[in-house]
Amino acid sequence: MTFEQLVFYGFAGITLIAGLAVVSLRNPVHAALSLILCFFSTAGLWLLMEAEFLAIALVLVYVGAVMVLFMFVVMMLDINIEETKKGFGKIILFAMTLTIPMVIAVGTVMNSDFFRTSSFSYISREDMDYNNTKEIGLKLFTDYILLFEIASLILLVAIIAAIALTLRTSRQTRAPNVDDQVSVRRSDRVKLINIKE
Amino acid sequence: MNDGGITALTLNSYLLVSASLFIISIVGILLNRKNVILLLMCIELMLLAVNTNFVAFSFFLDDITGQVVVFFVLTVAAAEAAIGLAILVVLFRNRDSIDVKKLDLLRG
Repeated sequence: MTFEQLVFYGFAGITLIAGLAVVSLRNPVHAALSLILCFFSTAGLWLLMEAEFLAIALVLVYVGAVMVLFMFVVMMLDINIEETKKGFGKIILFAMTLTIPMVIAVGTVMNSDFFRTSSFSYISREDMDYNNTKEIGLKLFTDYILLFEIASLILLVAIIAAIALTLRTSRQTRAPNVDDQVSVRRSDRVKLINIKE
Repeated sequence: MNDGGITALTLNSYLLVSASLFIISIVGILLNRKNVILLLMCIELMLLAVNTNFVAFSFFLDDITGQVVVFFVLTVAAAEAAIGLAILVVLFRNRDSIDVKKLDLLRG
């Protein structure tokens, strides 16, 4: 067994076990921690496939930002764990039977001649002057520049939506009401009185 | 492809891992219907499996485009997670529960 195979089986095993833990653990905090482990080991798999930029981006963006957000929400919400335990046994048989067709489909595709006999093999780029980040950047800023700009817009929309959804305006806040200020008329503020009568 | 009885790493090995991860997360979505946070986590897991597929094909077909696609999927998934969690927080504030079965206000 080569070193690469050893690394692959290690990371693949950790990924699958952590994935199983995510779906089976009842406590959401434990599930979120397992998901972090799953992301880490998948980043290892991606490194093995020489996708260095994406592996680092996965750790930085997902483990560093998205999962921290998940942890915050999980710990802020007061969830009754006992209640989520109910009805677990009834649905698990249904879920298992539903996956059987999917397992058969995946097995059929992977046993097909295309995947078995085609010459997909491990290409090492060690001796080449290859830079993964540079290659992605070249492709991203030429062929996919429009998609890149749209992605930035999507992120902007996400920022605004998340803030607008969760912003809670307290009744104690002494802030001017913008709507009232904009729609004010002259007659609301100034009253002319004839004092020479 | 064989070296010493153990098959070498091929595209199939990576596809098998990601397919297993995808099926695990689908089972998770069916199981965890009492807790919307776990549903969101399972969706993240599904996206991760799909991304692994993209990276594997990108590597074994020697085409960087797959990794560019993964970059965009990561962007959209991060936005989705942020908005989903924001909706979740508002939901919990209003209903004091994140059970999917209790979200049947429109059913009449």
